[in-house]
Amino acid sequence: MPNPTHHIDESPIRFDRLVQSLPNWLQRFLPIGGGIAHDHHGKGMFGVTVFLLSESLVFLSFFFTYIALRLTHPNWLPPGVKGPELSQFIIFNTVVLLSSSFVIQAAENALKRHKIIKFRWLLALTSGMGIYFLVAQAIEWSNLNFRLTDGLMGGTFYLLTGFHGLHVLAGILLQLLMVSRSFIRGNYNSSHFGVSATTLFWHFVDVIWVVLFSLVYLWRT
Amino acid sequence: MIQVKLIVNGFLKLLPVNKKYMTNNPIQITDDSEDRNSKPDTNWREYFSFSTDHKVIGVQYMVTTFIFFLIGGLLAMIIRGELLTPESDLVDRSLYNGLFTLHGTVMIFLWIIPFNAGLANYLVPLMIGAKDMAFPVLNAIAFWIIPPAGILLLSSFLVQGGPAQAGWWSYPPISLQNPTGYPINGESIWILSVMLLGISSIMGGVNFITTIVWMRAPGMTFFRMPIFVWTVLSAQLLQLICLPSLTGAIVLLFFDLTFGTNFFKPLENGDPIIYQHLFWFYSHPAVYVMALPAFGIFSEILPAFSRNPLFGYRSVAIASFGIGVVSIFVWVHHLFASATPNWMRMLFMVSSMLVGVPTGVKVFAWTATVWNGRLHLFTPMLFALGGVVMFVFGGITGIMLSSVPFDIHVNNTYFVVGHFHYIVHNTITMAIFAAIYFWFPKITGKMYAEGWGKVHFFLTFIGANLTFFPMHPLGLHGMVRRVSSYDPQFQGWNIIASLGGFLLGISTLPFIANMVGSLLLGKKVSDNPWHATGLEWKTSSPPPRENFEEIPVVNEPPYHYNSKAIPEAAVTQE
Repeated sequence: MPNPTHHIDESPIRFDRLVQSLPNWLQRFLPIGGGIAHDHHGKGMFGVTVFLLSESLVFLSFFFTYIALRLTHPNWLPPGVKGPELSQFIIFNTVVLLSSSFVIQAAENALKRHKIIKFRWLLALTSGMGIYFLVAQAIEWSNLNFRLTDGLMGGTFYLLTGFHGLHVLAGILLQLLMVSRSFIRGNYNSSHFGVSATTLFWHFVDVIWVVLFSLVYLWRT
Repeated sequence: MIQVKLIVNGFLKLLPVNKKYMTNNPIQITDDSEDRNSKPDTNWREYFSFSTDHKVIGVQYMVTTFIFFLIGGLLAMIIRGELLTPESDLVDRSLYNGLFTLHGTVMIFLWIIPFNAGLANYLVPLMIGAKDMAFPVLNAIAFWIIPPAGILLLSSFLVQGGPAQAGWWSYPPISLQNPTGYPINGESIWILSVMLLGISSIMGGVNFITTIVWMRAPGMTFFRMPIFVWTVLSAQLLQLICLPSLTGAIVLLFFDLTFGTNFFKPLENGDPIIYQHLFWFYSHPAVYVMALPAFGIFSEILPAFSRNPLFGYRSVAIASFGIGVVSIFVWVHHLFASATPNWMRMLFMVSSMLVGVPTGVKVFAWTATVWNGRLHLFTPMLFALGGVVMFVFGGITGIMLSSVPFDIHVNNTYFVVGHFHYIVHNTITMAIFAAIYFWFPKITGKMYAEGWGKVHFFLTFIGANLTFFPMHPLGLHGMVRRVSSYDPQFQGWNIIASLGGFLLGISTLPFIANMVGSLLLGKKVSDNPWHATGLEWKTSSPPPRENFEEIPVVNEPPYHYNSKAIPEAAVTQE
């Protein structure tokens, strides 16, 4: 079918040429010309990316609340409490979570080269690292000397780490779903949109953690 | 059965259409449907099912939200009934608070925003030449969240302590009062319901953006899209960027209400102003989420019924985006009276006035479009013209409110209530009716009864002005909002407003009768009864399951009403 996209009444900004000048991995998210979407993977990844950008803004609203409350309230900490400690334990957990992003990326790359067994192991490892992070978070929570209702710090701390933890859990469940799907013979032969989406989601979880970690643990008064 | 048919037919044909105002009568409502297979592909059962066809989902949205409009309207009738007299004598004060809270919440989150989503759902794939939306299953899920969320919200009338009573803004600390002490109360139900509706909106946002960016037909470049698609794109981007702020606000509110946190409790060092910022960072753009598609509707209808191309198409398209961008940076004008520091008030006064500029571009474009046009005063055109005229008034009062010295005096009075009702009812709801009449033949394959359409218009136009104009002098003289009793000096204007309100209630009756009657027994129409431009008019009425026999290739600019290259347009000129 012919695809005439440019006529005399068109703007000097050529959207197509602009897109073609971008790096390949970014082009995957953008359509070229006014064409019909045959590429479900591209369409799907665009949708997931748009969704994750929006979801990040929810966390941004929580971060804004945290920052605004902390900057304007001198009695931020409840009496007798010092706040969350930047311990070696926390640093180790952070390293585990951030490394798991590399592991899941390796898993997706393995799948692209049709190495299903390697894919399954790497994805399972990622889930394992995610589960470790959640368990460690629970242990940290149990060792704290303040609760959700203990002042502004207590409320914001558990809110931020709690919602982040929920998203880690969602990521783990998605990964386990992708692993189980790989047992259906030939499932990932042509496309693996679900796996790409899961990988992107896991990167998003990591980015949120980096911001959260900086705001909550690194920011000393 | 035959008696029912006779009555319905009699009703439809009762009011003849006066041909005098139709100059040269070029738009024939033609009945050449015999040479087409006009049997609709869908039967009525599909409209009650989990269909993934965007046309079915669109209709499901529009009918469901119209029912919520009637419910919200009923709540308004009770409010206006109470306000006939200065004393609080019709309903309990707590119930009155619940009434205005749910009236606002229903009208915004269960009528205008989801109706716009439904109309866009129906039209956008057709207008861009696509077979369906990008994610059809997600689309269906997004719709099916709406009825349970709405029923959940309305069920709050039945719980202990009654519905939420803190206004549709739900400001803490007042929204945190929970006299019954139960975790399940009107306020928590309100929060859950709004949360569900927000999830539905985010799904819609992702779907619309992906559809418009990825699925335009060959040749349908961005600057060939109809303005309605531009406004939907802008509105949905606003949803995606700003809804998260509301999500944050109501999650924090829920925690304060249910789990005992203190984010917004002043006595516990919390800060209620943070809620106001988070709330309005969404809720101001929300009014543009509501208004932009209405502007898009005007931009489709005015050219069609004045037989002129849209004036300044490119500027109008860019202005649609301009309005969206500027609207993100004006929210603090809702906090002028909340101890906002002066420098912040000045900044947001300037940005709020600035949003009038791209809006003005559109109003001038509409005026220039109908200028020297060959006007055809069919019902959609009447609603569109009435909507634009009343929008000028509502827009001006909006710019007045953006001025801090003025707002300090009228903030929280009926002046504000009058302003926003001129927008949401007298502009946006008028646009919605215009859209329903304009696209009714396309959606149903039948024509509505034009005479009754005009009756509906006149009742609505008169009622709209009678109801909402008096609110301006009331506010200027000091009547505050959200009260069930008021100083007796305000009674005169209140009576006029209430009578106007009851007229509006009655005005829905000929509309409903027209819609149902025409759906059952209306005259069949051709593909393009209005001889309008746009891809949706190039396929049958109603369209087939995959919208087009063959995906069209676009090689002409939009709104080519004066183009000699298109023979059809030239023929209908004379």
